[in-house]
Amino acid sequence: MSSKYSNITVKAFRRENGRVGVRNHVVILPVDDISNAACEAVANNVKGTMAIPHAYGRLQFGEDLELHFRTMIGTGANPNVAAVVVIGIEPGWTKRIADGIRETGKPVAEFSIEQNGDFETIRAASWKAKEFVHWSTELQREECSISDIWVSTKCGESDTTTGLGSCPTVGNMYDKLLPEGITGFFGETSEITGAEHICQKRAINEEVGERWYKMWKAYQDDVIFAHQTDDLSDSQPTKGNIEGGLTTIEEKALGNLEKIGRTSQYIDILEPAEAPKSGKGLYFMDSSSAAAECVTLMAAGGAVIHTFPTGQGNVVGNPIVPVIKITANPRTVRTMSEHVDVDVSGILRREMTIDEAGDELIDMIRRTANGRNTAAEALGHREFSMTKLYRSA
Amino acid sequence: MSEIPHLLVHEHADNVGVVVVEGLTAGTDMLCCVTHDNSTFRLTAGADVPIGHKIALKDLNNGDTAIKYGEDIGKIIADIAKGGHVHTHNCKTKRW
Repeated sequence: MSSKYSNITVKAFRRENGRVGVRNHVVILPVDDISNAACEAVANNVKGTMAIPHAYGRLQFGEDLELHFRTMIGTGANPNVAAVVVIGIEPGWTKRIADGIRETGKPVAEFSIEQNGDFETIRAASWKAKEFVHWSTELQREECSISDIWVSTKCGESDTTTGLGSCPTVGNMYDKLLPEGITGFFGETSEITGAEHICQKRAINEEVGERWYKMWKAYQDDVIFAHQTDDLSDSQPTKGNIEGGLTTIEEKALGNLEKIGRTSQYIDILEPAEAPKSGKGLYFMDSSSAAAECVTLMAAGGAVIHTFPTGQGNVVGNPIVPVIKITANPRTVRTMSEHVDVDVSGILRREMTIDEAGDELIDMIRRTANGRNTAAEALGHREFSMTKLYRSA
Repeated sequence: MSEIPHLLVHEHADNVGVVVVEGLTAGTDMLCCVTHDNSTFRLTAGADVPIGHKIALKDLNNGDTAIKYGEDIGKIIADIAKGGHVHTHNCKTKRW
C-alpha cells in the first residue's frame, strides 16, 4: 500500500554490497588497546580519516571474544564507512577482522605492529589511508529510497517526558516507516523489566516471543541477579531518571517500550552486535541499556542512523553513526538546546500531536541521511564503548 | 487547547499524573489532560512538585498499586492525599 512516506528519497552512498550509508568515513580501526596509538598517529597524519580507539582486544576468549570480533567487524562493515585501515599488534586477529570487513567488498588494508614497530606501521598505514581518502572523497551520493535506511533507537537519561513525548515520537516513526520497508533496531534488555509481558506480545509470532522471553530472563538471571548487591535502586532507575520523576523500573520500562509505537512488531532477536539476517523489519537486539554501549552495538549490527529520545539530556554520540536527539522536556530544551535535534516539547503543551512529532522526526531522518550533521556530530561526541561479557584471561 | 495543561495523565485508569510545567506550586488549580483522548479535568496541587514528577489523582493508601499507562508501576508505601507528590519516598517497585 502506498502512503505519503513511500516516496521519500535520500541522497546517500550505495556500497559495494548494496547497503546504503549516510556518511563516508575512512576509519583507522585498532584490533586491540595497544594499537590505539598507531591508529591515532595515522589519523593525525591523514586528514579526513578517523581513528576509533577502544579499551579491549587482548586475552579475551569464548563468547566475549566472539562479541569483540563481531563489534570490530560490524563497525568496519557499517555502510557509513567507505574504507578501513585495520591495525593490530599481531597479524592473526588483525587479518581475521580485516577479512570480515572485506566481505562487504569495500577497500580494507591491514597492518600489524610486531616486527615493524609503531614507526614503520604508521608510515605504511598512512600511505594506504591517504589513498583511501582520495578514493572515498570522489564517491558521489545517489538517490536511494528511505526503505534502504536502517534506523536504530535507544533512549537515555529518561524521565516521565520521554514516555509522554519523545519515545512515542520514535514509535510513531517506526509505525510509519517499517511498513515502507526500513530495517529497525531496539533493545536495552534490562530496561524492559516491568513491561516484559507487553514486549513478549509484540513479537511477530509466539515462537519469536518465547525466544525473546528466554533471552530477557537469561539477562535477568545471569547478569542482573547474579551480580546484584542491593535492590538496584541506584541503577534502574538511575539517579538522573529519579531526578526527572521516574520512580520505578516498571514506569521506566513502560515509557521505554513506547519507542516501538502502537502497531510495530519485531520479527527476530539479535545477539549483541549481530547483523539482521531475516530481511526487512524490526529487530530486538540483546543489549546493555548504557547509551554508548548500546549505540555502539547497534551500529556494529548495521544501523546507519540512530534515533535517541532523551528527557534529562543525555549527550551521547557515535563515531560512525549520526545520533538524532529528540526531547519533549521543555527544561532540557531551555538549558541544553545545543544537544537537541528535534524539539517535541509541544506534545506536553498539547500544541503538537504524536503524529506531527513523528513526521518531524521522519523529516529529520531524511535530512540527516542527506548529510545534515546532528548536534552530537557538531559537538564532537564520538563515544565508542565495547560491551564486555566477563573478565579477560 | 488554549490553556497549557499543568498535568498530563496517560490513561483514564491511571491514579497518578505527570507535572509538565516548571515551578508548579502548592495550591495551583491545575488543568489536567488525559492524553488518550485529550479530555480534561481540574485538580489542586497539594505540594510544590518539580516538572516530570507525579501527583496523586485521588487519595492513595499504603499498599495500593500505582497505575500509569493503565499498568502496574509499583506499590504505594505511605498514604498520599489527592494532589500530593508521588515519588521514591512513597512509591516503590514490586520487583526488587
